[in-house]
Amino acid sequence: MLGKTANGLFWMSRYLERAENTTRLIETGQRLALTRLGDDAREWASVLQSAGSYPAFMASHEELTKEAAINWMLRDRDNPSSIRACIESARQNARLVRTAITGEAWEAINAAYMTARESLARKVTDRDLPEVLQRLRQGTALVRGMILGTMMRTEAFDFQRIGTFLERADYTARILDVKYYVLLPSVSAVGSTLDNVHWESILRAVSGRGGFRVEYGASGGPREIVHFLVLDRRMPRSLAFCVGKIEDNLRYLDPEGRTDSLQKVRALRAQYLSHDVAAVFDYGLHEFIQSVLSALGDVAVQIERDFRFYE
Amino acid sequence: MSATEIFDEMWGTDGQLRAPYSGFHDWFDNEDPGRLRAKQREAEELFRLTGITFNVYGKAEAEERLIPFDIIPRIISGLEWTRLSRGIEQRVRAINAFLHDIYHRQEIVKAGRIPEEMIRRNAAFLPHMIGVEPPGGVYTHIVGIDLVRTGPGEFFVLEDNARTPSGVSYMLENRETMLRMFPELFLRNRVRPVQTYPFDLRRSLAACAPACAEGDPVVAVLTPGIFNSAYFEHAFLADQMGVELVEGHDLRVVDGRVAMRTTRGYKPIDVLYRRVDDDFLDPLNFNPESALGVPGIMDVYRAGGITIANAPGTGIADDKAIYSYMPEIVEFYTGERPILQNVQTWRCSEADALAYVLDHLEDLVVKEVHGSGGYGMLIGPTASRKEIATFRRKLTARPGNYIAQPTLSLSTVPVFSRAGLAPRHVDLRPFVLVSPGRINVTPGGLTRVALKKGSLVVNSSQGGGTKDTWVLED
Repeated sequence: MLGKTANGLFWMSRYLERAENTTRLIETGQRLALTRLGDDAREWASVLQSAGSYPAFMASHEELTKEAAINWMLRDRDNPSSIRACIESARQNARLVRTAITGEAWEAINAAYMTARESLARKVTDRDLPEVLQRLRQGTALVRGMILGTMMRTEAFDFQRIGTFLERADYTARILDVKYYVLLPSVSAVGSTLDNVHWESILRAVSGRGGFRVEYGASGGPREIVHFLVLDRRMPRSLAFCVGKIEDNLRYLDPEGRTDSLQKVRALRAQYLSHDVAAVFDYGLHEFIQSVLSALGDVAVQIERDFRFYE
Repeated sequence: MSATEIFDEMWGTDGQLRAPYSGFHDWFDNEDPGRLRAKQREAEELFRLTGITFNVYGKAEAEERLIPFDIIPRIISGLEWTRLSRGIEQRVRAINAFLHDIYHRQEIVKAGRIPEEMIRRNAAFLPHMIGVEPPGGVYTHIVGIDLVRTGPGEFFVLEDNARTPSGVSYMLENRETMLRMFPELFLRNRVRPVQTYPFDLRRSLAACAPACAEGDPVVAVLTPGIFNSAYFEHAFLADQMGVELVEGHDLRVVDGRVAMRTTRGYKPIDVLYRRVDDDFLDPLNFNPESALGVPGIMDVYRAGGITIANAPGTGIADDKAIYSYMPEIVEFYTGERPILQNVQTWRCSEADALAYVLDHLEDLVVKEVHGSGGYGMLIGPTASRKEIATFRRKLTARPGNYIAQPTLSLSTVPVFSRAGLAPRHVDLRPFVLVSPGRINVTPGGLTRVALKKGSLVVNSSQGGGTKDTWVLED
């Protein structure tokens, strides 16, 4: 397979995953706004921070309002990570790698693109927001389904998976990083309504509310949430799960274990994801997440090099 | 060639239903126009979903357009096709022999059948190809012959496309769409299949692999990239053949071979189906500014390390000035009379012809020798006096740059319009594959249709559409 094609598949899936995660972020922000417990502007600031675009937003806006934040994340032309931009970039990459994905997968991406273009042509009203977000997420879910159901388990599939899980791990880590202070035992008065709302919003942002309640019971607090999102290998959006998938797929690409990327992923897992949750808090939650984020970035760069994405 | 009577392929000139359309007509008569209108919209949706779009040059980056598709098929009988395909085969055989001769002994020039300056001074003549033996002796692996029709048995060749003919993806997708929407039509009409084209193409290209190829030859499609107007087709063909789609920056010369950068290092390519023009193919040998090609590929080619399809320098055979010599070319190399006729052509480089053309500008079609896509031409009968005056000046200034032809009364085929069936002018581009000892003409081809009433311009860049083209098994 061409290095360029591997690159295209990698980014196609990163953008799709990013678009989908952004729908969750908006949904979470909107819910917090509806409960009216927190400080509105501060909540949207943290949502934008999780999306990684707070500085860019503030550079082009005078004040932070709910409407502007939602519009920014959905469709603002100045935001290269808006859902609209992500889906456009995913489709552009899919066109580039058209020969490496199935016709059905391509049609699903094209359909997601057409849906996004139509739903995001105008500002989305509060009333339409839930339906639009749902439609967008159905679009990306259909793509994932088509890929899983029709693509050969060859290199193309592996690069597509690696892109998905790198993006997902990155997102989960950033959610935790922006909200880490509400999870610190020293700061939060455990069990207060405000805390519960915040914890729930973290779980919602990773579609993990139901799973968490079933597995950890009603009494789960910050320690359990961190365990759930960082170390629980049954949770499909946890860091341990995502990193495990990245490692698996790299091993399919490199069965003899010769690449530095595989070594780096293994090192990441051994260093950060093989201990218990107490070790995470001892390390310092914020510092821990920063270290994982930087290690993930390293892995991404190494994959580009090892598999000749650019030269 | 009467200019008054227009031949309709469904209704003839006398309003009598022609035989090839009888099965279709029975079906159409019993269809509810409302359902057909819905089907027409459905077809458009289908094209959008599969992404069969073309990029429009000079438009915003995001601009992707659909070529309009008309659901009424264009139908050719098996008998008509037999004659057509024999004519096409003969012509393609002659084109390959001509190219070999032009880049070797130039017997046709020595025999006085073509003036030497037509070759030597021709911008499409590529000196780098002199004495080069392409693998398998094939120059034009893929050819598209543009035909027009003026009567029941009267087909004319309007143009030969011997460089990188495009449009075959529309031929295939048009058929797929018709099969999906009107399966019942294919039960009552025995239509010859076109769907094996990608498979035939791969086999045909592989058969032209250079001697150094080992095992199953490695084939790749070279595209100028995602912003090229035909990018969809490049990706489509690579996908359908199951080969890599590469760009210049994926390739480099490694150990005397052209190799592509894969995730596991560089891998040599045996046959490169390039959709990049000669000029951009090799910045070391041709246009040094080109970022689309591969530095040094011509040197590898001349040393027999790769097959380039079509071979560089084939443009000399489809040049519009050379076109006027095609009847002589066919006779010279095949020893037979041409089965397919040329359209009468005046070469404005010749004084007598120029005088005639200047006197009859309002009746003629005048074309640039190197132009394509319907640009830079004058259609006398529909041009304004001002346009004719402007063109007269251009023509007088550089007569050698132009040829002129009579305005043909192109045949029509019905399209599905708001008011029911309505005749529109069409042309036909059949596709031909050439490999050593074998010429394969796909039954049918691409029918382009001028959707504006009375218009003769079928080019997609100027508002033309396409139709599925059927050749019946009679």
